[in-house]
Amino acid sequence: MATVALENVGKVYPGGVEAVKGVTLDIPDGSFTVLLGPSGCGKSTLLRMIAGLETITTGTCRIADRIVNDVEPADRDIAMVFQNYALYPHMSVYDNMAYGLRNRRTPKDEIDRRVKDAARILAIGDYLDRKPRALSGGQRQRVALGRAIVRDPKVFLFDEPLSNLDAKLRVATRIELRKLHERLGTTSIYVTHDQVEAMTLGDRVVVMREGTVQQVGPPLELYNKPANTFVAGFIGSPPMNFADVSFTERDGRLVAEADSIQIVVPEPMRRRIGRSTGRTATLGIRPENLRIATPDADRSNAITGVVQVVEHLGAESLVAVDAGGHLLIAKADPTVAFASNETVRLTPDPEALHFFDSTSGAAL
Amino acid sequence: MVERRPWLTLLAHVTLAIGVLMVAFPIWVTFVASTHRPEDIMTAPIPLWPGTQLLANYSELLFSGLKNPSAGGVPLWRMMANSLVMALIIAIGKIVLSFMAAFAIVYFRFPFRMAAFWLIFMTLMLPVEVRIVPTFKVVADLGMLNSYAGLTVPLLASATATFLFRQFFLTVPDELAEAARMDGAGPLRFMKDILLPLSTTNIAALFVIMFTFGWNQYLWPLLMTTDRQYMTVVMGIQRMINVADTDPQWPMVMAAVILAMLPPVAIVVVLQKWFVKGLVETEK
Repeated sequence: MATVALENVGKVYPGGVEAVKGVTLDIPDGSFTVLLGPSGCGKSTLLRMIAGLETITTGTCRIADRIVNDVEPADRDIAMVFQNYALYPHMSVYDNMAYGLRNRRTPKDEIDRRVKDAARILAIGDYLDRKPRALSGGQRQRVALGRAIVRDPKVFLFDEPLSNLDAKLRVATRIELRKLHERLGTTSIYVTHDQVEAMTLGDRVVVMREGTVQQVGPPLELYNKPANTFVAGFIGSPPMNFADVSFTERDGRLVAEADSIQIVVPEPMRRRIGRSTGRTATLGIRPENLRIATPDADRSNAITGVVQVVEHLGAESLVAVDAGGHLLIAKADPTVAFASNETVRLTPDPEALHFFDSTSGAAL
Repeated sequence: MVERRPWLTLLAHVTLAIGVLMVAFPIWVTFVASTHRPEDIMTAPIPLWPGTQLLANYSELLFSGLKNPSAGGVPLWRMMANSLVMALIIAIGKIVLSFMAAFAIVYFRFPFRMAAFWLIFMTLMLPVEVRIVPTFKVVADLGMLNSYAGLTVPLLASATATFLFRQFFLTVPDELAEAARMDGAGPLRFMKDILLPLSTTNIAALFVIMFTFGWNQYLWPLLMTTDRQYMTVVMGIQRMINVADTDPQWPMVMAAVILAMLPPVAIVVVLQKWFVKGLVETEK
């Protein structure tokens, strides 16, 4: 059990590519922290630097209050689960799990006990004599997990471990990973580009983009209070709708306006925006917070648009609406039918409006 | 083609049978010739069935050798043993050296790594014959003429094998090396515990090729050895034919040819199943 502390950590590859730019991050003891971001955002590089598989160009990395910049991966007391499992193909499941312990000269009966324990936790006891080749993807993933567990490390590192599994297995394994973490309580760092995985697994999510940390927080905080347009657009499915608006004062109320958009800014939000008339901003509103209103609803607080496409997902429908050049997605009741080119009015949930600075993208 | 027609099956078998006959017939004639007296095979028609001299010819050849001056009465078992030692040292040495060279090139970052690789790669274009004079000079100056070291050391480096191992190592996922690093395996342990077991089929295939290569060496042993004690079987056959004022003892020569063929054939037969395994198992 240990904390991981990154201080101003940066990585520059020999070609001059700066993959990670001065990341400072504290990972508390026993937490399940997810590094989330699109491909190429530096999340895997960051994980590999913690693992010791990449050298750290600048800054320091501490595991359990020990600076590990120049410590070999095997001596950092960590274990890693790789995306393609990286099982030794010529060794049996048992040997795969025991290999690391044997290299540490752990006594034979101790190895046996630990491997059997891990096999029992992961329900792979029946396959211990098999070669990885004879296992399914899910079973291989468990063996890779087992190899990490038997080491009883201070920190678990996961590099997109579920991306090679099919959708159904991925959901099942996700739940098991969560249960496993609750049972072992070991500090875990998990890299993924899948926001659903990040939201369901992590108790803290770190959103990264182009080598920098965008926001750190519990999943719901990221969802409810995104720090900028990038985080807002990356978390949530379908993604948040954005529209450029300008503010005007009307009848003592602050209104955010654009072509076909007129939205009254609620009072608490207004205080945050401050002096505002004539100012422009980016409005963000999630599909689930847009309601399709009856035609006679209040025109002064609504978005008017033309239905483009309706996607039926069963539990809900996604309606794509063209509102003055902005394509907005709204989640709608699947029982209501819409015709293409029908004019509709959308009313947003006033509690769920987001405004971002139009140049910096930071939340207002 | 999914259809099965009896006459097509027949045609296929006949074609195959003709092919087999074309390859096997000369070997059969060689074998038959080795079982007759010299005068029998020098008169037409050539016999097509084994004669009576099988045991006599082979035992004389193996244990006392031919008495003509250039063959010098070296028993064939001695030549076979020389060939075997030479072929084994060359095959094993080549595999060990090129395995380690490829390991260094693929898994370590050192200055001029690519330069080293290209240098090795370029020597692919230089067979022994091209560099035979300088190599002979070096070996002679080192005093290695007429020794097993002289027979084998200049042939130990192998660009082909290094290249093949390199290509194989490049297909081994990086994560495997990283996982081993995490598991506390240093470079040498990774090589021994992970890379070596994964390479067994490649090693078997290379061993067959390199053993045959070593066994069939002709020019180099011919230059290298003046002492009959180090005569190899391939050059021995040449010496047996090379006689003055008389006919070569063809039955003996044919018997030597048959015996010289056996070890490479045995190696191929024994290691054949590894070949197939190597071809079928693509998963790493």
